[in-house]
Amino acid sequence: MVAWVQAYRLRVKRRRLLFRALRKRRQLRRMRDNTQSIRAGDILCFVTLRNEMNRLPHFLDHYRALGVRHFLVVDNDSTDHSRDFLAAQPDVSLWHTAHSYKLSRFGMDWLTWLQMRYAHGHWCLTCDVDELLVYPHHTSRDLVALCDWLDRCDQPMMGAMMLDMYPAASLADGRHSGDQDPMTTLTHFDAGNYQIQLQPKLGNLWIQGGPRMRHFFKSDPRKAPTLNKVPLVKWNRRYVYNSSMHNMLPRDPSKKWGAKNILKIRTYTRIITKHWPRTRP
Amino acid sequence: MLVHTALDRVAQIARMWAQSDCPVVIHVDAAVPDADFAALRQGLVDAPQVSFSARHRCDWGSWELVAATQDACQDMLRLHPDVSHIYLTSGSCLPLRPVQDLVAYLDQFRDTDFIESVTTRDVSWIKGGLGLERFQLHFPFSWKKQRRLFDLSVRAQRKLGVKRTIPKGIVPHMGSQWWCLTAKTLSAILNDPNRKHYDDYFRGVWIPDESYFQSLARRHSDQIESRSLTFSKFDHQGKPYVFYDDHLQLLRRSDSFLARKIWPQANALYDYFLGDGPRNQPQLPPARSKIDRLFNRAMERRTKGRAGLIMQSRFPNKGVERVLTARPYAVFQGFADLYPNFQTWITRHSDFVTHGHLFHPLGVQFVDGQTGYLGGLTDDAAIRDRNPQAFLTNLLWNGRSARHCFQFGPDDNQAIGPFMARDGNATIHVISGAWAVPLFHADISFGNKRKIAANLQRIEAAHLKSLGERWVKARVTVWSLADYLQNPTEALSQIARDLSLRCDGFDDLEMADMAGFAQFLQDLKNAGMLPFIMGEFPTALRGQDTPKPHTKYEPRQNDT
Repeated sequence: MVAWVQAYRLRVKRRRLLFRALRKRRQLRRMRDNTQSIRAGDILCFVTLRNEMNRLPHFLDHYRALGVRHFLVVDNDSTDHSRDFLAAQPDVSLWHTAHSYKLSRFGMDWLTWLQMRYAHGHWCLTCDVDELLVYPHHTSRDLVALCDWLDRCDQPMMGAMMLDMYPAASLADGRHSGDQDPMTTLTHFDAGNYQIQLQPKLGNLWIQGGPRMRHFFKSDPRKAPTLNKVPLVKWNRRYVYNSSMHNMLPRDPSKKWGAKNILKIRTYTRIITKHWPRTRP
Repeated sequence: MLVHTALDRVAQIARMWAQSDCPVVIHVDAAVPDADFAALRQGLVDAPQVSFSARHRCDWGSWELVAATQDACQDMLRLHPDVSHIYLTSGSCLPLRPVQDLVAYLDQFRDTDFIESVTTRDVSWIKGGLGLERFQLHFPFSWKKQRRLFDLSVRAQRKLGVKRTIPKGIVPHMGSQWWCLTAKTLSAILNDPNRKHYDDYFRGVWIPDESYFQSLARRHSDQIESRSLTFSKFDHQGKPYVFYDDHLQLLRRSDSFLARKIWPQANALYDYFLGDGPRNQPQLPPARSKIDRLFNRAMERRTKGRAGLIMQSRFPNKGVERVLTARPYAVFQGFADLYPNFQTWITRHSDFVTHGHLFHPLGVQFVDGQTGYLGGLTDDAAIRDRNPQAFLTNLLWNGRSARHCFQFGPDDNQAIGPFMARDGNATIHVISGAWAVPLFHADISFGNKRKIAANLQRIEAAHLKSLGERWVKARVTVWSLADYLQNPTEALSQIARDLSLRCDGFDDLEMADMAGFAQFLQDLKNAGMLPFIMGEFPTALRGQDTPKPHTKYEPRQNDT
């Protein structure tokens, strides 16, 4: 298809998604609003969750240590203590909804509204509670350093790959309590069975593979979960996540940089999000 | 000291200089809010050695940077007329060695100016052109904010042949803006009778902070040591590297007095170098060349990456790489059909990891019949066929500590064919038509054999055609079955040479029974098919057997 027709279609789609998010804002009820404590330049984290009490404490600790200043959370009608726990945190702002997660494009419509409202101009991390972002040198260079580097590279967003972590023996060994680092029990991952292909329409990479493909999608590997995502974005109120958090609209403008490079290597450093199986202890 | 951000670090560093009896003049960028400036000033009120110069608004590469430096230097010479050297630093510079060391060092070289100063012709670090031209063209537009207009105006001026005249007495030099000049040279520069004329000229030069003092020092200095005492590194886009806590050991091994840029939150670096670290710890032997190598390697890793490693951050476009995989590997087509024990034979005589048919339609045949392989690869055919290229690249990357070889044939998934052909790491040996030998022995009806033969021949012909294309980068050798059987020893010797096999004969290679094979081909012909891919077999008369080809290895006279 002609490139500009394609571009125009995506533009229309982006606007439609933004409008959709605008309508869905009525589904959110404010539970606790600490957003007045957000300062210019703070790194924000956006999450939708339901019943994640056994992961939340470590999740918050991990990202606080990385330099996230404020968490904006949509609680999709949790029945455990998640909501009370979050409401007690000084750096969390909490919204509640009992509406359908699926009809909200897996929570993206709600988050898009919050991002439109609070994230403009901020570096902004969007992830699930079972995902921990790690990257080279993350112990000595926090997200502030990383975002500063991305700024200097004129890179408004950073792609990452999800890595499924699992315990050495049976999945039951992977149990851990909420404030415990899950990486102490989930010690293994697949090192080299990922399949990457270019998606011409959006120009992003589509990654599949790992233990879930190898175990559950033998008959139809095409349907295996997508492992690429764009968790870190210098947000603009006109931005929107396209399909879940796997790619962005507008398309990644960093590719203009690639054109100058012989090999067209993307400039992101290799970033890995750790992800562990959704098994309940 | 030119600063514009991280003022708490600025105060810390300034205090350290002052405590060692080195006066400091700080220029704070005019963009810094007045409240922050006042706080910095207030915090340093107990350090009389520290003063502040007139504030300018300094954009990247602007003349104001030079003006700010001039003002600060004038303040310094006026307030502290007894200083011997003036060192220009930034807010993100960190002293790596005790100040006493620097003082002692400069005492040794009282009349030397340490300033990197290179003529435009010899500069290697300029990114994106504009060497001498930055002294000869006009630059009304900002490179950072108005890139298009900037480029346009440069191109227009080139076309029109615009050339500013360089003032008499100035030879354009460039270099790092972090210099250390003697008070004598510096005051000569500032009090030059022609200074206004020079200033007016440099106001129009592109990035004057990298050329003003560098050019004028050449005019006034008696003794220039052309290097910067400040350690800094630049990446492939000309941006300075920032040092973080994990660079501590590296910075300890640099022999420079200062380093930039330091990440303001690199607490471990500041604690170590501003604390007692450099004094108490034994001085590590400087390893400048080692550091240079490390940075060059890092740059190569970032711009080119490692061959055969495909990941989110490295996904080269099709056709830009000569080598697509991590290590050289060998592909055998037809050999296992002709010699049923070929795989064990290769294993016995080489260090190859010998896989079977990796692309077999029923499942991957990993070495030794394993059901999985390194990195989490499985023998599942559907998963492999979802992306055969990724499968092969992964296999070779995961097992890159060894050489791999595998069998291939027209039975297998052909989608990988063009990829292997494009890969400079592949060595492909083919006996075309050898698949007909097991077919000949198979226990199925002749009608089926004829159908299968036609199909396999068509597939193999297409594969061989792609192996003969102009863009092929693999090393390909093709024998037709007939040619091969004329002199198997010669072909095998060539393979042994190519792949450096450890064998001194081919006796232990057992060929399948070929008796009646020529007749089989004739039967195919009689059934209306044209088996061409095996080459020309001597047509045997019905009832006569073809003689078994001679396979014994006979060393030549000079081959002992």
